[in-house]
Amino acid sequence: MTLLSIQNLKVHFHTEDGAVRAVNDVDLVIEEGETLGLIGETGCGKTVLGLSILRLLSENTKVEGKILYKGKDLLKLNEGEMRKIRGKEIAMIFQNPLTSMNPVLTIGTQISEPFELHQGLKKKDAIQKVIAILKLVRIPSPSERINEYPHEFSGGMRQRAMIAMGLACEPSLILADEPTKGLDVTIQAQVVDLMKELTTNSKTSMLLITHDLGVAAELCDNIAVMYPGEIVEYADIKELFKNPKHPYTQGFLGSLPGRGLKPMNGMSPSLIDLPEGCKFHPRCPFARERCKNKRPEMVEIGKKHFVRCFLYD
Amino acid sequence: MMSIVQQLKKDKIAMIGAVIILFLAGIAILAPHITPYDPIELDLENRLSSSDVNHLMGTDNLGRDVLSRVIYGARISLSMATVVVVIVMLLGIAMGTIAGYLGGIIDGTIMRVVDVLLAFPNIILALVIAGILGPSLTNVMIALSAIWWVGYARIIRGSVLSVKEKEFVEAARAMGCSDTHIAIRHILPNVLSPVIVLATLDMGHIILSIAALSFLGLGAQPPIPEWGTMLNEGRPFMETAPHLMIFPGLMIMVVVLAFNFLGDGLRDALDPRMKEVMMK
Repeated sequence: MTLLSIQNLKVHFHTEDGAVRAVNDVDLVIEEGETLGLIGETGCGKTVLGLSILRLLSENTKVEGKILYKGKDLLKLNEGEMRKIRGKEIAMIFQNPLTSMNPVLTIGTQISEPFELHQGLKKKDAIQKVIAILKLVRIPSPSERINEYPHEFSGGMRQRAMIAMGLACEPSLILADEPTKGLDVTIQAQVVDLMKELTTNSKTSMLLITHDLGVAAELCDNIAVMYPGEIVEYADIKELFKNPKHPYTQGFLGSLPGRGLKPMNGMSPSLIDLPEGCKFHPRCPFARERCKNKRPEMVEIGKKHFVRCFLYD
Repeated sequence: MMSIVQQLKKDKIAMIGAVIILFLAGIAILAPHITPYDPIELDLENRLSSSDVNHLMGTDNLGRDVLSRVIYGARISLSMATVVVVIVMLLGIAMGTIAGYLGGIIDGTIMRVVDVLLAFPNIILALVIAGILGPSLTNVMIALSAIWWVGYARIIRGSVLSVKEKEFVEAARAMGCSDTHIAIRHILPNVLSPVIVLATLDMGHIILSIAALSFLGLGAQPPIPEWGTMLNEGRPFMETAPHLMIFPGLMIMVVVLAFNFLGDGLRDALDPRMKEVMMK
């Protein structure tokens, strides 16, 4: 069953230098229980897409299109209805656990908040639930550690505590924004294992926003590749790694250490000054005249494999 | 919180301040039990006597015991200053948080009021307000509360502006917290420490202002044993009976000093940069 369906989503910011077109005509579908990876370079609009689902962008942002969650358009809900979705139905795991936690509140107080807000529990009962969930994310001796402050936790423990906070109300959808950023490799592996275990054991769906292909390969069922503001390729995880079609995806994968370490030409364009036609044409080795003027449409080239490129017309 | 107390304990001057304040608070609370005489009872046979065994600080022009009056004075000054500080803190925190968090026109309006009030010296404005309301202790408290909150509002607004951009505020919103909840539970605890320092330092200033207004005849009215009023009453006898002014004057000085000592110590203890220096 479809849990979240994003249709024709556009997100534009107005700045002094002009409109920043962070997300342009994005369509995405997340099924119940699915983990979808959204990969792309820094600054391609991944995080903005994630934040727009929860309507966390500032008020001067122009958001158009539809974000249907269980059939309801989130963009049409009022602030009070939206608050009931945030944390309870859709939770977000932020990328930097040290700055995403309040430095003056104890871990226990912070993780008990979703229970108090969404389940109406008293502090005392909520704390019992916090201890249980910290145990689930394998924080050692949780009944003592709930009285500690975020700075007393190690990086990996903080990230696991963040995950616990996200999972607290058993949301149907988790938006994980680079949950492994800034962690060293062994801790990263632990966090990935934990997330894998938690998402496969429940019906929870996840949108994993990352630029780390290794993490995406471990966790995701499907992958959407984003290149400034739009989805350029969508495929099953195995298919994407075995058979990348879009020249950007090919370049991206080719730049991995295990696959030749070949750098791509050029730089990602600025979101203020996007090229006409195909956004990738200035860097594309296969660019033709047509690519400069006309924006390619998504074409289905295999089972559940879509690509936005004229090469496959 | 523990570390702040420990840090304060190392700071000798702050500890002296704290001890003096605790001592004065103690005698203020116990005033009815420890004063040798009734502070407003007249004894016309013993007028203007200087310090002796019966009257440790002598008596005034109506034969009232100065020591008893000074002790009752501590009661009035400390309790009034505490009330004023609590009111200005609450008012300032509320105004500062609203201005900083909501921004826009509301912020502009509140901060312009703050700017206008800051443009005048505190004591002049308090004089005007107390003068309009008429002389009494309550009116002095109202006058001081009405002008003193602006400093707090300003400090709080500045801190709220920086804290509200932090990621944990966005994380709290993503968790489904309402604006009020975010402001009270997530932002306020992050901005309170400078206010605690300011409030401690202000206790001294407010005691001084209350005494000043009373000295000028706008605050406590005779026969209330307020330090400023006592100074004023002693003025005609300054040359023949200087103890009438020396003792209340000394008390004001000691209290203000004690609060300044403690306030400075608190500021150092709450400043993380100072913490590192002290640990080395």
